[in-house]
Amino acid sequence: MAAVSPTISRRLLLAAGAVSLSFAVTFPSVAQEVVKVGLVAAMSGQSAKSGEAIVRGLSLAIDEVNARGGLLGKKVELVVRDDESNPAKGVIAARELVQREKVAAYFGGIDTPVSMAIVPFANQSKVPFIGVWAAGTPITRNGAPENYVFRVSAVDDLVDVALVDHAAKKFGAKKPGMILINNPWGESNEKGLKEALAAKGMQSAGVEKFESGDVDLVPQLTRLKDAGADALFMVANVAPSAQVVKSLERMSWNVPVVSHWGPAGGRFTELGGPSAEKVHFIQTFSFSGNKSPKASEVFTALQKKYPEIKSAADVTPAVGIANAYDAMHLTALAITKAGSTEGPKVREGFYQIEKYDGLIKSYVKPFSKDNQDALSPSDYLFTSFKGNEILPLTD
Amino acid sequence: MLASAFISGVGLGSMYGLIALGFHITYVVSNTVNFAQGSAMMLGAVLGYTLGIKYGWPMPLAIVAALLICALFGLVIERFLVRPFTTRKSDAWLMATVAAGIVLDNTVLFTFGKEPRGFPSVLATAPIHNLGVGIYPLQLLIPLAGVGAALVLHLVLRRTRRGKTLLAVVQNPNAARLMGINVNRVIATSFALSTALAGAAGLLIAPLFSVSSEMGTLFGIKAFAVAILGGMGSAWGVVLAGLLYGLIEALVTSYLGSVYTQIVVFSIVIIALALMPNGLFGRIAINKV
Repeated sequence: MAAVSPTISRRLLLAAGAVSLSFAVTFPSVAQEVVKVGLVAAMSGQSAKSGEAIVRGLSLAIDEVNARGGLLGKKVELVVRDDESNPAKGVIAARELVQREKVAAYFGGIDTPVSMAIVPFANQSKVPFIGVWAAGTPITRNGAPENYVFRVSAVDDLVDVALVDHAAKKFGAKKPGMILINNPWGESNEKGLKEALAAKGMQSAGVEKFESGDVDLVPQLTRLKDAGADALFMVANVAPSAQVVKSLERMSWNVPVVSHWGPAGGRFTELGGPSAEKVHFIQTFSFSGNKSPKASEVFTALQKKYPEIKSAADVTPAVGIANAYDAMHLTALAITKAGSTEGPKVREGFYQIEKYDGLIKSYVKPFSKDNQDALSPSDYLFTSFKGNEILPLTD
Repeated sequence: MLASAFISGVGLGSMYGLIALGFHITYVVSNTVNFAQGSAMMLGAVLGYTLGIKYGWPMPLAIVAALLICALFGLVIERFLVRPFTTRKSDAWLMATVAAGIVLDNTVLFTFGKEPRGFPSVLATAPIHNLGVGIYPLQLLIPLAGVGAALVLHLVLRRTRRGKTLLAVVQNPNAARLMGINVNRVIATSFALSTALAGAAGLLIAPLFSVSSEMGTLFGIKAFAVAILGGMGSAWGVVLAGLLYGLIEALVTSYLGSVYTQIVVFSIVIIALALMPNGLFGRIAINKV
């Protein structure tokens, strides 16, 4: 007994020592080599294409940053998590990115309800969260004393002003109605649209809500028609928007539909039929008809990295790619200005950005404590579908 | 408004009825229920899309193939997820069929893809205009299919020898065996039939809606409520309950807006069951001692 156990326990000790030494050698070195940025977005479900677009935009920008030597001497790495368009899963994913992956900053996806759920955690955990799509106004305007949420995307309140203006100018609408998805995004826009209509002294024909699983919208639309709506504001993701269009077709009601950017999130014309092409919706960017050299430069880079992209029609939706691309570059600038990956310092870094020639526009001092949204109404444009492609309106 | 609510209510209601018929058949033959019915409905739509639209098969062929595969799905569920438990007098088939549905949903998610796709159909392109509201021919076909299926089922079960065999099995499986009836084969057939009916419902609704891996969940839940409402033991009851449910849904949405629909409709279901615990058309279960 006495002869056997010391040998075994010594071997065990040696083995344990070797293993823990190898851990000590490998793990910290892995952590030191990379700056991680995260993404919480819908990678599956009806908005899956939006997640794909965001990943493409971010990856393209990260490739460019890494080609220039990376950030703070390290390569940038993207860690992606699927929120399945589910707010609870989004918060879990955000937690994982911040606490386990230790990202320097992370980006959000298309779903306003998910981003709204992440905002309190972002402000509490003090790691910057940058929205690249979800447009709910309270995401960046969240009233926190130290606001860690930034956004390179449209803002619902400002979009709603643009929607009302477009309906009035383009279609001479006097009494528009609203058909909105029944969730926080719909609510955010209900508030914004009512305020925008009041500001212009216009009357609303009514507000109708619907669920994303509804097949038949004829009841709600009939109520709006009976109330005398001469235009419709639509806020919903692509599949529910397609059901609205199909129901309008069945009613043979040829009313102008001015929509938020839900239709851009997927195959709108395939789901909604040919009358889907009549819907005007807002975007922050389009590759089609864009003559800027930066746009063609990025488009070429996209085609190189993703050979399945043959033409601008394959890049639908361009908004996700463009917003994400600019957001990643701005985040890289913030981290560089901060000289560190610590959350509070990176946040200050965002405020210190002076100038950046981006894809969507040339940014001059894009973020301040009063305005953490980099884009404004002058960056919005109206588009419609022609077949599979999103084209700016020609007028 | 009333006319269009009626049409869409009857259309959706027959869909619920078709899926609920599937619940009824297996219940009537084996006292078990296939909780993967919603997923079977989705499978029918997905297969119809993949074979008919993506691979360009002639649509009738694609439909038949889709229904056969749905029936096969039913057979697999019965053989591997229900029979092992019922022979041991266990109720775990409940969870097993729920799990089967979830597994199918996720398998389709990975293979079919994450995006909803559109299912064009000549029956859902040009609306007919009548009574001031446009109706797609498909919307008239769906109730006909639902009622037709119930009629056929009723006649087959009560009038043909095969059908009476099915009923004999549930009344007394041991006596049925003694009479030479292959009880296992009968139960398997009932499962195959139930998933095929769900698949048919999926194919019918797909052109009006869209095809995605998650389309079946809500339909499956509502169809189960409809089956309970109608009384699991009655084919007619289940179909009529479906129509009633669909009509109430459409009327509530027309007059109150869709935000209240689920609350009102399910409250009505609860009240109906409180007043008639065996469902509107079910018979009181008699326990012979």
